[in-house]
Amino acid sequence: MMNETSDQLLTARPVAESWFNRFQVVALAALTLIAVVGKFYLPRLIPNTEWLELPLLLTVYFGLMRRSPIASLFFGAFVGLAEDSLSPANIPIGMYGITKTLVGYFAASVSLRFNVESSFIRMVLCFFFYFFHAFFYWIMRRALLGQVVPFDPQETFVHGALNAVIAIPLFAMLDRMKLAGAA
Amino acid sequence: MEALLSRYRNLTVLLVVVVAQLLYLAYQVRTNRDERLIRVWAVTAVTPMAGAVETIRRNTIGFLQDYFILLDVREQNRKLKSDNDRLRLENVYFRNQLRTAEHATALTKFQAQSPSKTIAARVIGNSTVATAKAVFIDRGSTSEVEKGMAVVTPDGIVGKVVAVYPLVSQVLLITDPTFKVGVESQKNHIHGVLNCGGGKCSVEQIQNEDKLSAGEWFFTSGEDRIFPKGFPVGTAVSVQPGQGMKDVKLNLSGAPGGAEEVLVVLQGAHQAIPAAPAEEDTATKSMPAPPAESTSTEAQTTKPQTEADKIREKYDALGKEQKHEYGSYTSNVPNFNLKTPAQGTQGQASPSQAGAAVASASPAPKNPEGQSASARNGTLGSSTAPTAAARTRTTTASGPVLPLGAPRHKAAPASGQNSSPTPVPPQ
Repeated sequence: MMNETSDQLLTARPVAESWFNRFQVVALAALTLIAVVGKFYLPRLIPNTEWLELPLLLTVYFGLMRRSPIASLFFGAFVGLAEDSLSPANIPIGMYGITKTLVGYFAASVSLRFNVESSFIRMVLCFFFYFFHAFFYWIMRRALLGQVVPFDPQETFVHGALNAVIAIPLFAMLDRMKLAGAA
Repeated sequence: MEALLSRYRNLTVLLVVVVAQLLYLAYQVRTNRDERLIRVWAVTAVTPMAGAVETIRRNTIGFLQDYFILLDVREQNRKLKSDNDRLRLENVYFRNQLRTAEHATALTKFQAQSPSKTIAARVIGNSTVATAKAVFIDRGSTSEVEKGMAVVTPDGIVGKVVAVYPLVSQVLLITDPTFKVGVESQKNHIHGVLNCGGGKCSVEQIQNEDKLSAGEWFFTSGEDRIFPKGFPVGTAVSVQPGQGMKDVKLNLSGAPGGAEEVLVVLQGAHQAIPAAPAEEDTATKSMPAPPAESTSTEAQTTKPQTEADKIREKYDALGKEQKHEYGSYTSNVPNFNLKTPAQGTQGQASPSQAGAAVASASPAPKNPEGQSASARNGTLGSSTAPTAAARTRTTTASGPVLPLGAPRHKAAPASGQNSSPTPVPPQ
């Protein structure tokens, strides 16, 4: 009896923390929505910003901070499918879903082995995952859909670097919000 | 199996999720059918937000643009207003320059055409006395200006020099109450005195019996010993009979008070008053009437213009009465001492009346005054007599040919003309 009570006291979360977790979920969903809509709408507001992959950066951040491959891959799948739903109609739904599922899974797997608190590591990982994301998406469009689309490694390299640079302040801001603190 | 799945749980879940998406992808590709429902939901969920953002963006940007544009517009407006004011001032300046140049040109032209010796002067100031109409001009004794000289413009008279200083002179305008100018009408040369004392100019000393009509021009008569004869003064705007004298209001042709450049007449030369334009000229100009159908008879009905024409008509009439054919050897010799009916009529009138009858054969004056004058002179033939005679000859070619100006027995009204003798029938 004593042990059961002690276990309950040890495992039970305080009310404030539970509310904070729910707030985190809502905030994460809102951020995801903003990221997806931002990709959909940002080029209209600021020209020449098509290279900015806020959904990808959010997926990477979630994977790195959550350190849970299953949660991260589901989050990646959710973000990817949301992005697919706003993609052109000639691209079937699931392309971004698969890509970002893999990104989320690998980001969480990497975070289990490296110290991802370092900004440099974060920047390198962001650059790597951007390149992987773009290349894998291009492969899938060629292999699965048979669509011959160009792939410019140099341009992808530059865009990856820009996203990596953007990721540093973005991750710092998300760290302050402690959206992944429940991990 | 369970141990394997639990050991590779993450990888298994990854494979399941990826394979599920691949299958869904393959289903879409195979059926070539887009899953519209998910896209509809997504687009429906996202586009209102995007619309709101777009509206906010457009309004914000529009507001900012309008704000900065309005700032710019305000600055532009200020600049344009400044430019407009500057250009308006320049326009006034250039207009004044142009007007001055036009006046100078007109003065020079008038100076060259006028027989009087004149010198151009500029009005530089007004008199300090409010009731006196006087101005100062920039010509004085050094320019040979003397007291009493006339001051004119091409449009009309201005005044006379009343005081001469070395460099300036004072000119009393004709609008001054004390100023009188001798004037003469253009048409009937009726003399009068111009007086602008009552604020409006009028011509005095014109008898009620004098013939004067509104619109008639008045010129200087030269009788005042100031203005040479022949300078335009103005036109009569109203002519009313008054107590013994006519009340003639005059509109000055020049603007004595507004003249800026004037001419001082150093040595005046009288000019003839230009002849009044013919009344036909003042009437509406129209083409002459088309000639009537030309016949040999009508060709002879041309009105005699000279004494030779009249004598020829007389001989023609005598020859026709005596059935003489001019130029024929077999024809009898006519007696030219016989009197035609017209001559018989004229023979009863005085020589002056005969002259008047001849004058009445000339083109008839259109004014009733000419007709009344003819009546007073006892002219038997009215002004319409030549036309009536010609009409008679045209209609009755075989009948008696009446001489020009002879009264027609049938057409004569029951007036004094009925007492004229009956034309002599052909023998």
